[in-house]
Amino acid sequence: MALPLTFNIALFSTLFFVLFTDVVFCNNGRRVGDVMDTEFGGFSVPLEHSFEVDDVAQFRVRGALVLKAGREPSVALTQNQLSEEDRAKLKEVAAVDGLYRIRVPRVLLQADRQTERQLEGYLTAFVRACAMVESHLSDVISLHTDVSGYLIGVSIVTLPGACRGTEVEDEVDLEVFNTTLSVMGPVNAPGPETALFLERMEMETEKKGKNPQEQKSFFAKYWYLILGGAIFLVVSSAAQPPAGGGSEQS
Amino acid sequence: MAKLIWLCLNFVILCSTVGAVFEDQVGKFDWRQQYVGKVIFSNFDAQSQSSKKVIVATENNVFASLNIRTGELFWRHVDAIGPEGKIDALLHHGQDALLVVGDGRLLRSWEINIGGLNWEIVLDSGSFQSACLIGQQDIVKHVAVLKKTAISLHYLSNGHQKWIENLPESETVDYQSVYSGGNGEVYVLGTVPHSHIAIVVYSLDDGEIIRQFSVEAPWLSNIQASCAVIGEGMLTCADSATVSMYMLDLETQTEMSQIPLQSLGLEVTPGFQPVLRSTQPNAARPPLSEFFLQVGPEQHLLLQLNDGQIVTLRDFNPALLVSFATTGEKTIAAVMSPKNTTACSVNLFSAESGRRLLDTTLIFPLDPNGGKPEELYVQAFLKKDDSVGYRVMVQTEDHTLTFIQQPGRVMWTREEALSDVVTMEMVDLPLTGTQAELEGEFGKKADGLFSMVLKRLSSQLILLQAWISHLWKLFYDARKPRSQVKNEVTIENLSRDEFNLQKMMVMVTASGKLFGIDSKTGTIVWRHYLDNIPANAAFKLMVQRTTAHFPHPPQCTLLIKDKDTGLATLHVFNPIFGKKSHVTPPAMPQPILQSLMLPVMDQDYAKVLLLVDDQYKVSAFPSTKNVLQQLQEIASTIFFYLVDSSQGRLSGYRLRTDLSTELIWEVVVPTEVQKIVSVKGKRPNEHVHSQGRVMGDRSVLYKYLNPNLLAVVTESTDTHPERSFMGILLIDGVTGRIIHEAVQRKAKGPVHIVHSENWVVYEYWSTKSRRNEFSVIELYEGTELYNSTVFSSLDRPHAPQVLQQSYIFPSSISTMEATLTEKGITSRHLLIGLPSGGILSLPKMFLDPRRPEIVTEQSREENLIPYAPELLIRSEWFINYNQTVTRVRGIYTAPSGLESTCLVVAYGLDIYQTRVYPSKQFDVLKDDYDYMLISSVLLALFFATMISKRLAEVKLLNRAWR
Repeated sequence: MALPLTFNIALFSTLFFVLFTDVVFCNNGRRVGDVMDTEFGGFSVPLEHSFEVDDVAQFRVRGALVLKAGREPSVALTQNQLSEEDRAKLKEVAAVDGLYRIRVPRVLLQADRQTERQLEGYLTAFVRACAMVESHLSDVISLHTDVSGYLIGVSIVTLPGACRGTEVEDEVDLEVFNTTLSVMGPVNAPGPETALFLERMEMETEKKGKNPQEQKSFFAKYWYLILGGAIFLVVSSAAQPPAGGGSEQS
Repeated sequence: MAKLIWLCLNFVILCSTVGAVFEDQVGKFDWRQQYVGKVIFSNFDAQSQSSKKVIVATENNVFASLNIRTGELFWRHVDAIGPEGKIDALLHHGQDALLVVGDGRLLRSWEINIGGLNWEIVLDSGSFQSACLIGQQDIVKHVAVLKKTAISLHYLSNGHQKWIENLPESETVDYQSVYSGGNGEVYVLGTVPHSHIAIVVYSLDDGEIIRQFSVEAPWLSNIQASCAVIGEGMLTCADSATVSMYMLDLETQTEMSQIPLQSLGLEVTPGFQPVLRSTQPNAARPPLSEFFLQVGPEQHLLLQLNDGQIVTLRDFNPALLVSFATTGEKTIAAVMSPKNTTACSVNLFSAESGRRLLDTTLIFPLDPNGGKPEELYVQAFLKKDDSVGYRVMVQTEDHTLTFIQQPGRVMWTREEALSDVVTMEMVDLPLTGTQAELEGEFGKKADGLFSMVLKRLSSQLILLQAWISHLWKLFYDARKPRSQVKNEVTIENLSRDEFNLQKMMVMVTASGKLFGIDSKTGTIVWRHYLDNIPANAAFKLMVQRTTAHFPHPPQCTLLIKDKDTGLATLHVFNPIFGKKSHVTPPAMPQPILQSLMLPVMDQDYAKVLLLVDDQYKVSAFPSTKNVLQQLQEIASTIFFYLVDSSQGRLSGYRLRTDLSTELIWEVVVPTEVQKIVSVKGKRPNEHVHSQGRVMGDRSVLYKYLNPNLLAVVTESTDTHPERSFMGILLIDGVTGRIIHEAVQRKAKGPVHIVHSENWVVYEYWSTKSRRNEFSVIELYEGTELYNSTVFSSLDRPHAPQVLQQSYIFPSSISTMEATLTEKGITSRHLLIGLPSGGILSLPKMFLDPRRPEIVTEQSREENLIPYAPELLIRSEWFINYNQTVTRVRGIYTAPSGLESTCLVVAYGLDIYQTRVYPSKQFDVLKDDYDYMLISSVLLALFFATMISKRLAEVKLLNRAWR
């Protein structure tokens, strides 16, 4: 079975083409905003970023956030490296003091079914692109949820946060993200601490009760002062009449 | 240990007492003005000739009596806010005033001389329709109250119910009016709209239905708006569609007779609903047969019903307002007609004949900065020669009451618009002419050494002259008795005092009237009425240019936004004189979402106002080339945020150089769970003096002073007491970063919040413990500052430490604000307006999350008060001693030139202005400071030193000789 060489080449190239497009498709990831269930009970949402010289946001997938619902929601991040092209662009954006933005879709962490998780819209945040470059892509991303597990906000800061204008020479520094990620729910604000206060008061009264000196009556405690005062009064009143008489006479 | 705590507490309390006023200081630094609101019912006390009171009932649910000589309040009763306390009707009989309150919930009788309550009864439920006094044989003994489904009759003397009857067919018939002509019958008039009038006649004695009939009236929809009873029980209605009057004799007829107005030779302005106005001077007698018919906006007719025929007595054209008044047996008609552009004239006419009474013209001056006259209240009285004299009270659109005596003397005016202040600002007064002259010298560009010297000399001369004249005035005034020295406040003599304690209060009221009030005396210096203000307008007042930029006049801008459409207009004015500025504000065809004042100034020193419209386009005002250029330069550092509470969305934008914007962050709080109720930033004019707090171990805890921080308060949609909560989000307004997120469980609003320095204080209702609680959040950077020179939201990677503590507060609160001083050195107090009318000055040190539960050596070193769960209200903390501020809605604080002093204005139904000294007057000598003693001691010491020095010298010399 000897097929013509041209046909062979054509088949090969077609195959290659199909394969190649497939690969490209894979690279591109899922449709933006897709939520995927993962094996270990969590689910994943895309984390997207955008940095453009003209500052018109064009979000591309940066990685996938694997969120795990539950009482203590946890999160993990798998993210791609920055390509050569992106690195150059990021530096370019940093040079014009552009913004590096990220966004995540609004999701509900607590829901069981996938359909309930997804909400319309995105949560966005930004840092200055220069800060991103100068910190060598080390950023801290925190996701904030509300009481019922809805994602309400995302924030990103870089460490260090300042733009000092230092040139990043080594291209390698801009390849891998060094991300610290956390999910934060609301803290319960404290109410008035009455129990502890009452306890303290009780302890004080007890102490007072134990201390015999405190139990003594007013007279028992200060008899010497009262006596002294009384003597003083008597003495002074005894001394007064002559003096008064004297003043009357003059 | 306990002793130590006690000592410590004592010490703290002693240290932190607020300087309360002494008896002789009452009214020295403070003033209060009491208002009643927009008048809806008013009656003159016609009991005696010398009576000098008018009773008014207002939209603000206030019932009061005013002194007609001075306009001051005799007494005032303030009822509950909202429909619960709404005054439905005011009937006046002799010494008693009857009020129906709260949609027919209560019937009250007041004694009008002293304002005491005679009696009060609770009426049966049902929505109120009408009320009237019922008399028989010239004696008025009863009052009838008509409700949707029932009519009840009560004795005037004690309020007891005589009888109550259900109205027949009340499901279909809309009963609207009750009438009695004094013949023992009570007529209840109802209508089935566009079908017929239903009339039920009750017997006064036992409430039995005497008669019941209905009359065809397909053109009628509202009896009260278009009908009146005239003469001997003649129901007369006016209809605009058929341009005719309909008449019905209630006693005999069962059909209405139509009288086309054309047959009377009358014409109605097209589209105008004719209005009938009759008068019934005595409830025990039928109404008079004379009545007014308004046929156009400015045309009134005095008509008479004579043997079933209508006769035109007089045609008043133009006539703005008409009113009947009765004194003795005489009834007169007062007619206000426009005279020229600055005044209106009021004339009296005999009601019986329509003849004009001689010498009864009264001139009502129209205020060019006021509104049009809206209502005319006439007090008529018989003079000695039996002629009729009168005074009038005119109410204008801007809620002003003006009381005028013949021939046009304005006795008093009351600016009732001030009972509803929406927002206010305090503006520094300008310098005096001489000071301004000096300022001008430095302001102008230098032109040669010689001319500068000359200028300097001349201004010094002017100063000298001013000083001498001041001395002369002092000397001159000192010779006069104190009572004669009056300091009238006028625009001319308004000038800044040494410590900038006197300022101009610019107040914006809901009616659209602006006021300029001198803060020292409370005198209204200027007023300006803005007509065409939408009914539900939101106001934002901004000071664009202060008085510091002589010769440029100060400039305030008022943003008026229609809440429904979002369309806004700007009113630019001079806050000192109230005059509209020559600067033309930009036209804003798009709804405005946000406005922000930048610290950037144009070449005329006016701060730039940015307005963001619904297309997220930004426009600047003023928008000169200079401004646009500056904006372009700093565009990338201008951020703003928008809040859409209906979607729970907070979004941040950045300005671009072409004045468009870009969305840079978004935070979305799902509305299913909680809704955003308020967003509070910090005040831009706030200074924080100390960057940190020194702790017990001498280290410093630095404050997190983020000027862009926003405190967002949310409330849960679930209102069940077990599940309801309130949330508090601290968000950076530039980056959208959530700095802190907390929920207060089992809590609900209304939440009052104050956000300042590095702390947020809020008050809420705890549904679990059923009490009001205060909570304080403080933010600290830690013991090291990240960047001590400048704060940038973009470069603060570390989250601050958050401390929080809560306390029980024994009262609910109406409003809350923090004191503000020039440099922020003085400790802060919270000013809390209580529903009881007190204004509490609570030291911030009691709301400090670092208050320790267990006292340690270090906390004592730091002067921290040991934690106690309850905040007590000490009576000496009330800054308004016995000057109750009723229904306080807002507190405004402004710094003065003295660091220790903060100016406070509390507004609600009343306005109260005072000064507070949170750390006492550390920079002021006391009033009774003994200058003589200190100077004589100093002198004595000086001489003693001189003498002893001399003596010592002599002694030394003598010793040397020895």
